[in-house]
Amino acid sequence: MNGRLEYALRRVLLTIPVLFATSIFVFLLIRLVPGDPVRTMLGIRATPDTIATVRSQLGLDHPLITQYWDWLRNALHGDLGQDFISHEKITSLLSVSMPITLELTILAMLLALVVGVPLGIIVAAKSGWTRRLSNGFVIGAISIPDFWLGIMLVLIFTGSLHLLPPTGWVAFTDNPAQNLRYMVLPVLTLATGQSAYILRTTRAAMLGTLSEPYIAFLRAKGLRQRSIVYLHALRNSSGPIVTVTGIQFGVLLGGAIVIENLFALPGVGRLIVTAISERNYVVVQGGVLVVACLFILVNLITDLVHGLLDPRVEEAVSR
Amino acid sequence: MSDSLLEFRKVSVDYAGRGGTVSAVTDVSLTLIEGETFGLVGESGCGKTTLSMALMGLLPDIASVRGRILFNGSDLTTMTESQLRELRGDRISMVFQDPATSLDPTFGIGSQVADTIRAHGDVSRKQAKDRALGLLAEVGIPAAAERYADPPHRLSGGMRQRVVLAAAIANNPALLLADEPTTALDVTIQAQILDLLADLQRRHGTTILLIAHDLGVVAQICDRVGVMYAGQLVEVAPVAELFARPRHPYTRALFDALPSGSHQAGALRVIAGQVPDLAHAPTGCRFKDRCPSRLAECDETPPLAMSDSGASIACWLDPATRAAGGLGPLAIAGESNG
Repeated sequence: MNGRLEYALRRVLLTIPVLFATSIFVFLLIRLVPGDPVRTMLGIRATPDTIATVRSQLGLDHPLITQYWDWLRNALHGDLGQDFISHEKITSLLSVSMPITLELTILAMLLALVVGVPLGIIVAAKSGWTRRLSNGFVIGAISIPDFWLGIMLVLIFTGSLHLLPPTGWVAFTDNPAQNLRYMVLPVLTLATGQSAYILRTTRAAMLGTLSEPYIAFLRAKGLRQRSIVYLHALRNSSGPIVTVTGIQFGVLLGGAIVIENLFALPGVGRLIVTAISERNYVVVQGGVLVVACLFILVNLITDLVHGLLDPRVEEAVSR
Repeated sequence: MSDSLLEFRKVSVDYAGRGGTVSAVTDVSLTLIEGETFGLVGESGCGKTTLSMALMGLLPDIASVRGRILFNGSDLTTMTESQLRELRGDRISMVFQDPATSLDPTFGIGSQVADTIRAHGDVSRKQAKDRALGLLAEVGIPAAAERYADPPHRLSGGMRQRVVLAAAIANNPALLLADEPTTALDVTIQAQILDLLADLQRRHGTTILLIAHDLGVVAQICDRVGVMYAGQLVEVAPVAELFARPRHPYTRALFDALPSGSHQAGALRVIAGQVPDLAHAPTGCRFKDRCPSRLAECDETPPLAMSDSGASIACWLDPATRAAGGLGPLAIAGESNG
């Protein structure tokens, strides 16, 4: 038990340098963009005076290291600055848009897992047409671009069947049922490709595990096939599945940017895209930082779950 | 004579592959007496493991079994998967070769003993755990209670094989199949595991089918020995008889190839030639091409026949085999074994 606790602690501590590096990267990103952010923001007709004022308002006249330090200190205190256009706090903008992105990505990932894992397990034991069918689905679902699938789903479910709204959003707190209705198509769009990745990973991991000698020993002990497959083989296959789920969550966050714009969901993705087109750098910086931190958090959870399921992980880290 | 517990009747196992059918085991007939320790020896690929997997019903789908395998009189080859599952781990247990890979790496060692108990009886978690603790102590795991939840990788190879044995004997099986249980262990640990095996056999009266390629291991704990070559059973004899008077030309060649105490440094003696390709197995005796005393009759398969000494061999040189095969005594005297 001590080994596991030690592993968890090490893994949590490891995120600190990663978070630090991420903050530097996000901070520098905006400074690396060619051209002066303030000039781009204010347009070509801005007077040098206005530019200087905005510049000092944003703290851009300080040395880079001071700017970073101020930004980091504020960020650690939960202050990501102010939107230069709407004058709203970045944190309050994010507090509205973040839950939408989270709802979208978490629902999509859950759906992908609920479909991908059981199908992967079933397909692992099959050959012939079941396997060919699943291979076809995997190749198709991975190859189809999100935005195209989204448009097709809208055409089918809204255009032909008139079952679901094409775009828009209602807060969950206002009307849960309506909120979920709006979520169906975006979630379906995002989950399709993900379920294929998870199916493929589950199938490959299960195939490998089922040929291990300890599976033969479990059978020799007379355990039921159900418990061998769903308890022992699945737990031993969980490493790749959990890891891919964590990585794909990052892909989902990226995909959410496209999907939120396609379905007009006011999530973080849409916030960032709008901010980019308006050269609203403070918003971009805050949004990207939060999304990056979210991804780091997901990776941390992934590794902790992996460690919980497979005791061999503790060994690998203490080396 | 005691009762027979297990009987192989003309058992053959074929593997269907892309390159054609491989006959891994051909017409093996063998009877195990209740309470004995029977050693099955032969080199890699001779069919010993295939035979044991056929007995467990754990062969892959590409394998097909012919003949009958009778356990306490009922034919295992005609049983359904669920009937076999009820026998496995309960009446018939198996220990695998490599303890490093026999245990599920993600579960505690104790629960891997307890799950065998729970798979075969209406036992509560608590009762199963108590019994598993007793078994771990019986096979010599020190401080079993503290190690109960330890994952296998925290144990040494010898300790892991003890856990495997504890799981295998958990339901007091009538038959324990041990497939090279000591091959992956170093020599001192090997001796400990063999002692443990012999000890468990004495205490529980379990019949043991020990598969080995190491004649030393067989000499140490077996009552009788069967020698397999290229899928055929060529000799069955009490262990003392086999070591004193190996009869089949293959068995003799095998003993000749053993480095003895007086062996001079230099090249080891080998059996000339190659094991036949079992995808294109020759008819008749499969050892004929490497046999120093080959006869014309060797193109016919010699039956395994018991002689007066209690040993059975399948070789046309043997008078008992000739009688069983309906042939007269050998024309050339002095060529026969003796």
